[in-house]
Parts: sequence; structure tokens; C-alpha cells
Amino acid sequence: MAPYDLIAVLGPVGKWLPFVLIGFAFGFILESSGFGNSRKLAGQFYFTELTVLKVMFTGIIVAMVLIFSSSALGFLDYEQVWVNPTHLWPGIVGGLVMGVGFIIGGYCPGTSLVSMATLKLDGIFFVVGALVGVFLFGETVGLYWDFYNFTSDYGRMTLQGLLGVDAGIVAVAVVAMAIFMFWGGEKIRRLLHGNVEGATSARPWSYAAASLLGLSAVVALIGQPDMAKKWKFMAASLQPKLDSREVYVSPEELVNVMHDDYVQLMLLDVRSESDWNKFHLRGATRLAADQIPQLQEKLAGLGGTGAIVLIDNDEKVATEAWKKLMLMGKPNAYILEGGINAWLQRYGRGLLSPGTAAPIDSLTAAWGQNCEAARPLLEGHGSAPHAYRKIKLKAKVKKSGGCG
Amino acid sequence: MADRQASSKYWNPYAGGALLGVLLFLSYVLTGGGLGVSGALSRVTVAGERVFAQGHVNRTPYLGEMAGGKKNPLDFGLVYSLVGVVLGGFVSGALRGRVKVETYRGPLITDRQRWVFALIGGVLMGYGARLARGCTSGQALSGGAVLSAGSWAFMFAVFGGAYGLAYFVRRMWAEKEGA
Repeated sequence: MAPYDLIAVLGPVGKWLPFVLIGFAFGFILESSGFGNSRKLAGQFYFTELTVLKVMFTGIIVAMVLIFSSSALGFLDYEQVWVNPTHLWPGIVGGLVMGVGFIIGGYCPGTSLVSMATLKLDGIFFVVGALVGVFLFGETVGLYWDFYNFTSDYGRMTLQGLLGVDAGIVAVAVVAMAIFMFWGGEKIRRLLHGNVEGATSARPWSYAAASLLGLSAVVALIGQPDMAKKWKFMAASLQPKLDSREVYVSPEELVNVMHDDYVQLMLLDVRSESDWNKFHLRGATRLAADQIPQLQEKLAGLGGTGAIVLIDNDEKVATEAWKKLMLMGKPNAYILEGGINAWLQRYGRGLLSPGTAAPIDSLTAAWGQNCEAARPLLEGHGSAPHAYRKIKLKAKVKKSGGCG
Repeated sequence: MADRQASSKYWNPYAGGALLGVLLFLSYVLTGGGLGVSGALSRVTVAGERVFAQGHVNRTPYLGEMAGGKKNPLDFGLVYSLVGVVLGGFVSGALRGRVKVETYRGPLITDRQRWVFALIGGVLMGYGARLARGCTSGQALSGGAVLSAGSWAFMFAVFGGAYGLAYFVRRMWAEKEGA
């Protein structure tokens, strides 16, 4: 499922190739649409030209409908797509400053580049200015660091999340809004400046717009995939990892990792509160399996040296939780092999009363984490602590899109 | 003006927009991220800065994150995309005979005045784009398409700022006096 891991496919140098090609096409389209011409761009703000509005919003709605239809059909994993994090007030203030820069300078950064590429002197001056502006920002952002970083920081906030509706419904609304703006913008332009000679007929484009509106309605009807549906899309690549048991780590390996300060270990205990009170590993966090999605932010802080180990009494609930983590795109998640019962068999002999019940049910007291078995001593000194058999500290490729 | 004649050769805006949308979608599929320019400008700037003042870059958190120590600020997809944008713009212009030294400006101002305004506008644009964590491409276009709430707020702010000031600087772009 897209997006793809470019390093794996193309290698460390080849991975830049798609960027060059995408950039080339971007520059070509911008120039061909007239975005290398500041008069055409500025015309937007006097209603003599609507090129900016038309190109930009057509681009947005076409891409949006493609993205969410692909997601609905299981071709693109929206969770893995980089959504610009919302820093509301820095964004609004920066946007206003840019708006002022736009009308004075006649370009935005991307359009100024194609203007420069076609040797327009105003474009070249603008690019020089933009570099100076970027430089000044780097030198002065320290003066209001808190405002830039910590004010109104909402992380990955989407319109559909904010409104609590399916993304498809938002898509329908956005397409409708864009069509209304195209229509209304033309009305205003004619009102202010009269008819422009040689204006092409808008009729074929209204059919295209209607089709796009229809398509977005279909996307809304299908709906974005929930966890169960998404698992079906991704089972082909994930189920083998469970079948081969490569994500189940033995108690011995976990003890090893618990004693390794280099590893940022996150132990997630998905059992009931009463079992938790009876016994749990030191440093673990208890979490009901259905709360996993709310972990997003906490897990985001887990870097390349981080590993998550899910803990159950056996493996069942932990395996379900593992699936959820995979669907959220968390790479370094593992499951404790045999769960707490296997753990107690191995390390908790003295805590168990003899019997046939599962170890968690035959504990002599509610030990919580106050016993050696909650963090057993490291056996076999001198064994290389980083030589784990299953836990791999593989850094996930940091997705940073837009202007990160 | 020369651009009157040239403008007839520009693409239909809806066609250009549709292609742009398909490209943006491909970018998300292939790279997981959208289109963007200002981030790359920032990388290029800090790459220049560290040549003269690596120590200063290391000590400034915002810069150090990109280019502190052994970090290579140019190890970033959009930098390569930036090279592509310039090439693509050049090829497109060359094919339509639009590559020539000239200045786009309203007829009521001089070339020199236009250059000064372009420079000032560029400074504001560059500064604002970093404050907003993205420019028209990276925030408005890309973030808009993936329905980022902040990107939509940002987009309205850009249009708000430009429309708000447009009347006061109309002489810069007007065809004739008093228009």
C-alpha cells in the first residue's frame, strides 16, 4: 500500500530521483499555466484574472478526490500521508505576512522560481528577497520561540477530525465550495471588468466539475476504511510477520532489553486492571486495547531507538493491539511471547502457589511490580546487549512533506 | 506589453489545475509528502550559512535542527525537487519562447520600482512562509488537499492579507491611472 519506502526501492541516491521528476513537472505546470508572470498572479487580487484561484483550487480538489478515493479503496494509506501539522496562530500570522508579500512582490516562492528560470528580472529579485527572508527568520525565530512552537499546536488536525465526519463528506463540501468560487469569481470579474475577448467556453469544464462532485459523493458513500477494513487491505503484508512469529519476543530477550539503557523501551500492558494489580512488569503502562489509537502522540515521540512491547496474559489481545499499531504505522512494535503467564513460569516460580491454574491466577499475593520478577536481573553477563534476535531498532523514515 | 501576446499561449487554468492535482496526488503516493518549495529554500540558505558560521548554526536551535554538526541540510527531498522546479520552468518557458530577460510590471511604475517591490515582497514572503511552516505550495496546495485544518486557516489568511492590501497598492499593477 502506498506511500512507498523510497530508500528500499531506489537506494540512497536513487530515492531523490522521484523528487527531481516531480519538481520538474511542478515547474513545467506552473510556468505553462502562467505562474511565472507576476501580472497574471497579481491580477487575482483585482479580479482581472482568476488564474491563481482556478489553477490552485482545481489542483486541490483533484488531488483531494484522488487521495481519498485511493484511501477508501485501500490503495493509499492516509495515516502514512504527511498531513501538515496545525500550528494555528503562527500559520495565520505567517499567512497574513505572505499575503502582503504576495501583493507587493507579485509572486509566491514556487512561482518566483519559474519566473527566475525564464529570466524575469522581477522574479530574480523576488527569489533573492525570499532567501533573505528565510535567512532573517532563522536568525530571529529564537526571539519568539515559544509562540512559534508551542502556541496553538494541534498536531495532525484534519477538517474531518475536527468536524467528526467522514473525509468524503468534507471532500464533497470542498469541491462544491471550489465550484461556487469559480462561478462567483467569474461573476465578479465580469461585473468589474466586462467580458474578456477570446474567453473560452466554460461548458466542458462544468461537466468535468460535475463529475468530480459526483466522484467525491461516491467516496463519501464508500467511506474511509475503519480498522477492520484497513486490516483486510494490509493483511497480505502484515499477517506473514505474525505467522513467522518474527514479532514475538521471548521473555529472555525482553529482560535483556529492559537492562539496555540505549533502548527507549515502551511496555504496553493490555490486560485488565485486576491482573495488572496482581503482577506487571516494572516500567509498564497499562492500556486497554481499544485505547491504542489515542496513543498516537505519545508514540510519535518514540524515535529510532524506541521499541514497543505489548504484554498480555497470553498473546491474543496483544496481537490485536499489534495489528492496530501496525495500521497506525508504528514500525517497532513487538509482542511478549507467551505473555505474562510464560513470564511468570520463567521468572516467578517463588510467587506461585502450586496448582494447575494459569500462573496469573495462582499468584500468592497481589505483587504489582514489587518483586524481582517484575524486573529480573540480567543473566549471562558479558553478552552483547545490542545483539537482539528479534527486536530491530530500525528508524522509521521520517515523513516530512510540504515545507518541513 | 509582450505578455499580452504570450498570455494567450498559457494553458487553460482548469487544465493546468487538473494536471497539478494529479501531480500532487502522485507526489503523495510516491513520497508520502506533497509539493513544497520554501522548506528547500530554507535548507539552501542554511547550507550557505554553515559554510561561514557552523558554530553559529550549531548554537541556534532552529538552524541546528537542519544543519547542526554533521547533519547535511541538503539531505532533503524537496531540495532536489527545487532543482526540478527550476529546470521544469525553464523548459516550459523555452518551448513557448518565454525565456527572455524582461520585467513584468504594471505600466505605471518603472522597472526599478518593480525590482524594489519584488525584493521587499520576497523578503516578506520568505519570512512569512517559514513562520507558517510552508508556502503556497507546501501549506495551501498540499495541506489543503489532505484536509489539514491549519492549512485551510493559513490559506484564508494569505488571501485575506493579499486582498486586504490590494486596494492600497493598486497603482503597482493597474493598467492606467485612476483605474
